[in-house]
Amino acid sequence: MELALDPHAPVTQPSQLTLVLRYLRRNPSLVVGVLLLLFLVGFGAIGSLLIDTSTRAYPLAAPPVQPPSAQYPLGTDRDGRDLLAVMVRGVLLTGAVGLMAGTVGIVVGTVVGFLAGYFGGWVDAVIRWLTEVLMTIPPLVLQVIVASTIVDKNKVTIFTMAGVASVLAWMGTARMVRAQVLSLRERAFVSMARLSGMGDLEIIFRELMPNMLPYLAASFVGAVMGAIGASFGLEALGLGPVREPTIGMTIRWAVYHSAIFNQWWWWVLWPVLALILIFASLALINRGLDELANPRVRRTE
Amino acid sequence: MQLTYLIRRLAFLVFVVWSAITLLFFLPRLSPINPVRERFAELQRSTGWAPRDLERLVKVYEVKFGLNKPLHEQYLEYMGSLLRGDLGYSIMRYPRTVGDLIAQALPWTIGLLTVTTLLTFAIGTGIGALAAWPRSPQWVKGMVTPLVVLAAIPPYLLGLLLIYFVAFRAKLLPMGGAYTLGRFAEPELSMPFLLDVARHAILPALSLILSTVGFWALGMRGMGVTVQGEDYVTFAEHKGLDLSRIFYAYYVRNAILPQVTALALAFGSIVSSGILVEYLYGFPGLGSLLNAAILANDFFVIYGIGLITILAVAVSMMVVDLLYPLLDPRIRYTRA
Repeated sequence: MELALDPHAPVTQPSQLTLVLRYLRRNPSLVVGVLLLLFLVGFGAIGSLLIDTSTRAYPLAAPPVQPPSAQYPLGTDRDGRDLLAVMVRGVLLTGAVGLMAGTVGIVVGTVVGFLAGYFGGWVDAVIRWLTEVLMTIPPLVLQVIVASTIVDKNKVTIFTMAGVASVLAWMGTARMVRAQVLSLRERAFVSMARLSGMGDLEIIFRELMPNMLPYLAASFVGAVMGAIGASFGLEALGLGPVREPTIGMTIRWAVYHSAIFNQWWWWVLWPVLALILIFASLALINRGLDELANPRVRRTE
Repeated sequence: MQLTYLIRRLAFLVFVVWSAITLLFFLPRLSPINPVRERFAELQRSTGWAPRDLERLVKVYEVKFGLNKPLHEQYLEYMGSLLRGDLGYSIMRYPRTVGDLIAQALPWTIGLLTVTTLLTFAIGTGIGALAAWPRSPQWVKGMVTPLVVLAAIPPYLLGLLLIYFVAFRAKLLPMGGAYTLGRFAEPELSMPFLLDVARHAILPALSLILSTVGFWALGMRGMGVTVQGEDYVTFAEHKGLDLSRIFYAYYVRNAILPQVTALALAFGSIVSSGILVEYLYGFPGLGSLLNAAILANDFFVIYGIGLITILAVAVSMMVVDLLYPLLDPRIRYTRA
């Protein structure tokens, strides 16, 4: 059905690009968040090209505790790491932990959520029981127990961190997918698909999944954020990868060696700022995607 | 029936708590790490002291902590002692019990977190309500997004910035601890002591408040927007009621319900949500205890803290379910 007020007026449909740009103007959170993220990724990528981070970001690469200078723009830490190289490598490593755990989280969460929502019955009951049990244990406490008892403290790598972080990364996605599937399952288009002889998998992938993409994107960002937060918590408590210069480990060492008290402010400030930027960009993107997925939020701003 | 509902809810609570405890029991025992041997290895690394009969020593302590028995016996004993309220002995401060250490730390944590939770609830809910109120100035409406971004940042990071700028550079407040150690030998119930504690608690509290206010503001704004459109609010406006009356009695009153349930849930995580900040500020609560236990591989203390946090969360979840029908007369629990 076409609606035109003046039937003689020429109908000009704005191009796809204009539409996208128009939308982005209404969604500043998404724009700022993506720009921040691009800045961080650019910093990591260009930095790794210009600086040899595989040696400079590790101990004994520079004289210890130098304040920022022409040679060491961000200064150096007590063990002789060049903090500029540490920041470059740290942003990439921290991002990698988040992406790995977030990916595991979204894949496992989607599968689990679909199983629970689509098939229902005892599968749903078991999954609900499991999430209820896991929700009862505060995330940090569970992760501390996993990290402190299962892995040898001195052999932690960024893969271990990603593994521990993904223990809980799937739950948010699973709950969201389950709720969505429950509400979509009974819609007419799904019954139509079933009547026309589509199999379960085909319905899931061709009918249900496309409807959930914005939700899945938002929950992926959420999972990445959660994973970075979880690994930071563990790193702050000394359960992180002791040999890797992730941002969280850098903060851990700075606190451990009382950097503030010793007036080595640069050792604390840069990693804290880097992590704040990472979290802020992800939170803004998440909020922007939320607006995209759930336009009802729009009315208020 | 309300009573059958209550019984079913209680049974589920017991079941969930039992599952969580069982998980906590078996998880560490799947690993090859022996807590007692780790403890001695740690001692050896830090002091250079090497016991000659390490293996015999480990055996003696294993017997003492009951680690030498078959797994199912350990499990039964563990559950039995939990039912008696016995959390076992601490490895790092051996003659003292886990229950004793936790009882010493818990009041500090509960004190700090109760105050911050109530304050954030009040501030955040207030901002959220005003942000959704059409007559508010633009800057109030624009406050929610920055607060939500702030909420994504771990309180630990905000705490570090506060320590550096407020405590270290400006020297306005103490950098850490719970009270001035030179002035008071031990905690006492006197006005100067309480004031001293309050002064030490400002920065940890501020780090927690800044990073959670956004959560409350966002929730309240969301509810506020839906209540805004309700007929009874429009009707109240047309009756010419006092604006503040409409704001409090018609709008806030109806929008605040989910916030109250969220508050009850937040009280459940009171023992766990401040862990990192407490550790950062050397505040003698559960966070510092947990950090010490991790450093010393004191698994029994770690489980004890885990157990307390699980109980708190589970009980608060149930309280929320039971409070619901009291708070919202539209909800009646009948057999679904």
